Amino acid sequence: MERRSLPFSIFIYVSAVILGVFVLAPLVWLLIMSISDTNDLTTLPLRWLPQTLDLHRYAQIVSLAENGVGIAFLIALKNSLAVATIASLGGLAVAIPAAWSVSRAHGRLNFSLYVVVATYMLPPVALVVPMYFALSAMGALNSVFSLAIVYLSILAPFTTWLLKSNFDHVPAEIEQAAMIDGARLDQILRRITLPLARPALTTAGLFAFLLAWDEFFYALLFTAKDSKTLPVFIADLAGGRVADYGLIATAGVMASLPPVLIGFFLQKSLVSGLTAGGVKG
Amino acid sequence: MMLRSWLLLAPLLAVMTFIIGWPLAKTVGVSFTDAKLIGGDVNWVGADNFARVLGSGMFWSVVWTTIRFVLISVTAEFAIGLGAALLLDQKFIGRNLLRALLILPWALPTVVNATMWRLIYNPDFGAFNALLTQTGMIDSYRSWLGEPGSALLAVCLADVWKNFSLVTLIALAALQSVPRELHSAAVIDGAGPWSRFRAVVLPYLIGPLTVAIVLRTIEAFKVFDIIWVMTRGGPANSTKTVSMLVYEQAFSFQKAGIGASVALVMVLVSSLLIAGYVGLLRRQGEFR
Repeated sequence: MERRSLPFSIFIYVSAVILGVFVLAPLVWLLIMSISDTNDLTTLPLRWLPQTLDLHRYAQIVSLAENGVGIAFLIALKNSLAVATIASLGGLAVAIPAAWSVSRAHGRLNFSLYVVVATYMLPPVALVVPMYFALSAMGALNSVFSLAIVYLSILAPFTTWLLKSNFDHVPAEIEQAAMIDGARLDQILRRITLPLARPALTTAGLFAFLLAWDEFFYALLFTAKDSKTLPVFIADLAGGRVADYGLIATAGVMASLPPVLIGFFLQKSLVSGLTAGGVKG
Repeated sequence: MMLRSWLLLAPLLAVMTFIIGWPLAKTVGVSFTDAKLIGGDVNWVGADNFARVLGSGMFWSVVWTTIRFVLISVTAEFAIGLGAALLLDQKFIGRNLLRALLILPWALPTVVNATMWRLIYNPDFGAFNALLTQTGMIDSYRSWLGEPGSALLAVCLADVWKNFSLVTLIALAALQSVPRELHSAAVIDGAGPWSRFRAVVLPYLIGPLTVAIVLRTIEAFKVFDIIWVMTRGGPANSTKTVSMLVYEQAFSFQKAGIGASVALVMVLVSSLLIAGYVGLLRRQGEFR
């Protein structure tokens, strides 16, 4: 490598600081709002650092007091966990056989992947009205389970796409050897292919979980009261009459913890997941 | 052999038929009727809905708002994203930390991001107003989301902050796939920084970067949640996008037929973008 000139080095460090501040400033402010006294947040000129550390909202948001905001938050948290878990496991259950089948067909079934990619990218507004009619006719609105089924429309194609290229890396020779030894297909998948592809399965499952955790449009339309997910709860809180900005910030911080932890865990495989295999990372 | 393949594909085919294909076909059906969201008779109205939609000023103003949202957000995400990637490709102290920080905006749930920026833009006590006033850039507090002149730009900034890192991470992976030897060879051949970038780096960068841009364009075109939370399409419809219009017609006004026809026009445009994206992936050999 060439040696850098001093002005160029300075330019690099100044740019790095600007980028770091740009990324961190809004997040730090969200954290500060969540631990500031309401008076500190509503004085003019604005006080950037709180005078006292106020953690009462973190107690409030998980408190079990009747009709309190804590109960509503915990119910939404439970719903989000349930929807995202059911939908991502369901997505994997559908995607594993499909992705393996396409991978072992040596290109003959690849056209199906184009259809898969295309459907996953369809705007949800294209499907939402008939879905509403059907769920309403079946009396299945406002149910966490229905919402998870609806999410399969996004997660099943997405995970299939993500898994297919990973199954390509599991050598078919090992499977064929087992087949010659008389192993059944389900035994081969369970004992050989899936253990070898376990990291990819974890990654695909976590990406699916993140997509479901983040989803807002279907959740807004198909859930109410006790079936609301976290994004709907937070949008309600922010759009409602809650005057405590700090409380809204606290709910936001809490709802972000699981995806941020998963995000750091996924760091290495992030790029392949972002484009769902579009760029080899 | 072929039978087994189809059996294994059956669950996915079932999902694609019943949860995607059927609703899509039904949306086409509904768009030719005057169906309400709840109750009422359903009559065939032919192409009336499409004629009404395409003939209304509201539809075209919403399309224009969507296009502006896509252009502003995606261009800024491309510029900042690529700049950040080129920066992170350099060696400096704290590089790995900065790269890890870029995960944060990406991982933050969209609704939390929208809520966070809504609080930042708050007209009475928001940090954005405080920062600009205390540094003397504006004289008095403004309602950034409450004025038609600034609302769309304010929403775009929130979207850019969350999504530029996707471009960065993809571009950075591409930059780091450039073989070191190519760099050194070009230096020995006496190539300057710009011609090195053009001849050595750009060929590795252009494919993944195009994928990232098209991906962001498809996503930005569908935008709903960030706008719903920050402005609900206001003020004076200045941030109302196509997805918001479908939501409003079908669910707020209960006009399922009109909503479905707007959605279908949107599907047509999306299909072009999606076809382009699939073509790109195919050219880059994703499905070999």
